[in-house]
Amino acid sequence: MKKVMMGNHAVSYGAALCRVQVIAAYPITPQTQIVEKLSEMCGSGFLKSNFIKVESEHSALAAVMGASAAGARAFTATSAQGLALMHEIIHWVAGARLPIVMVNVNRAMAPPWSVWTDQNDSLSQRDTGWMQIYCESNQEVIDTVILAYKIAEKVQMPCMVILDAFVLSHTSEIVDIPKQRNVDLYLPPYKPKMKLDINNPKAFGALVTPEYYMEFRYKMQKAMDKAIDVAASAHADFAKTFGRRYDVIEEYMTKDAETVIVTSGTITSTARVVIDELREKGEKIGLLKMRFFRPFPKEAVIKALTGKKKVIVLDRNISFGHHGIFFQEIKSVMYGKKDAPEISGVILGLGGRDVTPDVIKDAISEGKRNRTEDIVWIGVKK
Amino acid sequence: MKQINDFSRITKDELLCSGHLACPGCGGSLAMKLVLKALGKKTMVVLPACCWSVIAGPFPYSSLKVPLFHTAFETAASVASGVRSSLNAQGKDDINVLAWAGDGGTFDIGLQALSGAAERNEDIIYICYDNEAYMNTGIQRSSATPWGAWTTTTPISHPKDRPKKDIMDIMAAHKIPYCANASVAFPEDLIRKVKKAASIKGMKFIHIIAPCTAGWKEPSNITIKVAREAVAARVFPLFEIEHGTDYIINEMPAKIPIDKYLSMQARFRHLKPIYIKYIQKLIDYEWGLLGVKAKNEMDNVYRKIFDPKHHVDKKHVKLERDFEHNG
Repeated sequence: MKKVMMGNHAVSYGAALCRVQVIAAYPITPQTQIVEKLSEMCGSGFLKSNFIKVESEHSALAAVMGASAAGARAFTATSAQGLALMHEIIHWVAGARLPIVMVNVNRAMAPPWSVWTDQNDSLSQRDTGWMQIYCESNQEVIDTVILAYKIAEKVQMPCMVILDAFVLSHTSEIVDIPKQRNVDLYLPPYKPKMKLDINNPKAFGALVTPEYYMEFRYKMQKAMDKAIDVAASAHADFAKTFGRRYDVIEEYMTKDAETVIVTSGTITSTARVVIDELREKGEKIGLLKMRFFRPFPKEAVIKALTGKKKVIVLDRNISFGHHGIFFQEIKSVMYGKKDAPEISGVILGLGGRDVTPDVIKDAISEGKRNRTEDIVWIGVKK
Repeated sequence: MKQINDFSRITKDELLCSGHLACPGCGGSLAMKLVLKALGKKTMVVLPACCWSVIAGPFPYSSLKVPLFHTAFETAASVASGVRSSLNAQGKDDINVLAWAGDGGTFDIGLQALSGAAERNEDIIYICYDNEAYMNTGIQRSSATPWGAWTTTTPISHPKDRPKKDIMDIMAAHKIPYCANASVAFPEDLIRKVKKAASIKGMKFIHIIAPCTAGWKEPSNITIKVAREAVAARVFPLFEIEHGTDYIINEMPAKIPIDKYLSMQARFRHLKPIYIKYIQKLIDYEWGLLGVKAKNEMDNVYRKIFDPKHHVDKKHVKLERDFEHNG
């Protein structure tokens, strides 16, 4: 069934289709419609789920953590300051190997206050052990929530599904809502191998001596490695069941391209228009969209970028004192590779600054001129 | 309430194993032992950072024969809420969810989550074993540390200069169905209260005084004696609060002078007589206040609305049904 809906409602429908059993959330702009819609769904009986209306984001994630540990499929959603407040529990959930799915609506961190989009909130959680998937359209949002549970429950790692504030969260698009019957086939009820169980009492998360701690971390890394393969089969199954194909990255006109720009989130859609335009003028340019950020799709990125002349990474984020975060990651996987391209990075669109086709064109021409060491800010008033 | 010295009614089954890592004379481990005797095997424990994170044993051991989830310091009540919700979603309403936190995790860092869970009236049993300081980290003051006490962060040059936070009135102010003070020195009373809590739907809060031999600076063989004197001196009276308004005093204290209690613990050794007099005044005042609350025979509207026993009025039944919608 096709329906016009905003990105936030696409999230709510996605979670409902997954038959999440426990939801806990705290309101924050621009995430609020997600929880409002879910509250309505629970209230009307459309969704049979227990919604815990907690007093903070910290408690939201803690509550879904308890729910997941006791064996339920659990969901939460937040943004920016809320995500930052959760930080301690974000680590805890990953360490406890609980396949919770959390939607984060990308919003710039304060101060100064901003409610508009950039990626510093989610990217600050890079090293916590959560998978991160960045979405470009409302269709991708609803589909990715379903995919996220599929992958997370298989590898026992949590997954963050990310969409841009307002550009997606509050923008309506046509969304093909997957059939419940198909989602049920694709995503059977959650049956964890281990959970809090009175018939098999175990202690979870007890103190470990240095003798064992590293092994716990090694297993998390192994699970993340496995997630790349699991994602491939989950994407393939998804295409078979729902007719829409996704991958850990997406390439657009990269085959014969000499220059490739790297994007994530909604900037990608705008960039496609720019690529089309430049192609018409005869420029050999293509686009690489980063859908997965963690686990980092190393092999796919290397394959896509090897042999290119120039790669320009567009970052709607910044690691102060260094550079854009996607830029650093792309550089690190290409390091020492034969036929590696020259890579440069640009910073743009922070705090919701519009990234128009002209801004992207600027980014491309600036990026082409610049060397890898340079930090280029597009459109900043100096 | 008269103490019945009939221990035969307390089960001999142990859900706390020997070999746990508590100090000799630990009030907190005794409290857990008794509470699990009351709750039985159909119990899940949520355990934030506290002495018990250590007592329960390191990986791959557990000293409890019930499932146990170790969690972050301030999350006992929120994680327990999630566990409850999860169990309800799976039709396992008959399992007790026990949040088990120390005074730091309850009075201080966990208070927000606890208040949230209480306001939502989560169907959990929250128990605070109170040893009146951060004992696991080496005796630092908490807001449960009594006035005048020594800790490593309130050295005798400037001991604790604020009274202990009144956690019972804070919890009562949430109008939750059940709050109780209990003591390891009164095991039958403690077990009765925990069993009563398990029989009530909604949020239950039990505050157990748990002497700490290392932190209170007392010999390890007088834990029970100190806990008993705390009740006798009215430092820690035994009472229950129903629906946040009905105060019931369970044990009429002998009203021993406070210095008898204080002199058993070296953490009060530095106090001059004038300060001891001041503490006595504080205790007299609090006891007087508790007496007034216990005598208050007001028309308990909370009881009438939320206690199913009092659903004489059909309107109230409907009200509850309407509000129970999302469990």
